[in-house]
Amino acid sequence: MTPAAAATWRWLAQRVSAAVLAICVLVHLATIVYATGQGLTAAAIVARLHASLAWPLFYGVFVVAVAVHAPLGLRVVLDEWSGLRGRAVDVALALFALTLLAGGLHAVRTLTA
Amino acid sequence: MTEASLAVRIWRGGAEGAYREYTVPRQPAQTVLDVVTHVQRHVDPSLAYRFACRVGMCGSCAMTVNGKARWTCRTHVDSVSDGERLEIAPLSHLPIVRDLVVDMAPFFDRWAQARGSFVPSATRADDFARVEPASPARAEVDAAIECIGCAVCYASCDVVGWKPGYLGPAALNRAWTLVNDARDADGSARLQAVAGDAGCHACHTHQSCTERCPKHLAPTRSIAGLKRLVARAALKGAL
Repeated sequence: MTPAAAATWRWLAQRVSAAVLAICVLVHLATIVYATGQGLTAAAIVARLHASLAWPLFYGVFVVAVAVHAPLGLRVVLDEWSGLRGRAVDVALALFALTLLAGGLHAVRTLTA
Repeated sequence: MTEASLAVRIWRGGAEGAYREYTVPRQPAQTVLDVVTHVQRHVDPSLAYRFACRVGMCGSCAMTVNGKARWTCRTHVDSVSDGERLEIAPLSHLPIVRDLVVDMAPFFDRWAQARGSFVPSATRADDFARVEPASPARAEVDAAIECIGCAVCYASCDVVGWKPGYLGPAALNRAWTLVNDARDADGSARLQAVAGDAGCHACHTHQSCTERCPKHLAPTRSIAGLKRLVARAALKGAL
């Protein structure tokens, strides 16, 4: 892949993940407002999560979008504000993405399975 | 009756220089370039600045006026001076040669890196190309073609300041006119040149270039067009 193509795919991935996150964050916030408004206990929430297939899927997508979006955004911030760029930075950011993905999916699995 | 005057602070020296204050008589319809010219001709002949046409065509007289990049020949003192104060500095993001003169080489180097030169697809033996004036591609070119290369957009762009390799609004705007030129043969290579970390994807859409362009062009729009074309090329595997 040419550097131009790689940069374009990164840009596309960040835009698409941003669109996914915009929806996910809204649903997440609406759920929090609903749960607190209904006075649901933590135990009741976990029970509902266990009984559902939709919630683990939803939060799985949320976690994947975060793992794609955050490192790409951080890459631009590091580049523009600190001048940090290059292969070492990309490797560190790939590890950061994997950490977000593993940690997030683990949390989803723990709460829903 | 005493003649009205204007206190002008003008940058003197190189990057390590300083402002020096001058008093210039106020004139009706006085431009910022008139002020600088008065200082050089009547107060201090050692002041270095650059101008040519004086009518907004050549793009050589841009300076930082009261903190914003502007073309000085078409900027009236009345429109930028808060009261009787004026501060004139060289353009940002370009090396200062001396006083108000900057080295424009990095700016035009970006045009070359963005493959901003027309590459003909026909020879002189061929007939004239027929381009429908109302065609969408021609309309895109028309909207972006009047750039005079003054570097006001380049000096106003935050990303140029943060990212030294960034091609900048003018070079990308130029590339946009060429990728929409039906006669040009360099399309694919040009898309390669403008994509990437230092290319169109680095634009944050702050729109300072569009706000400050003295020709009222919209480089941000051109850059958005490049992002779309480049994304389509990537999706087709043609990048």
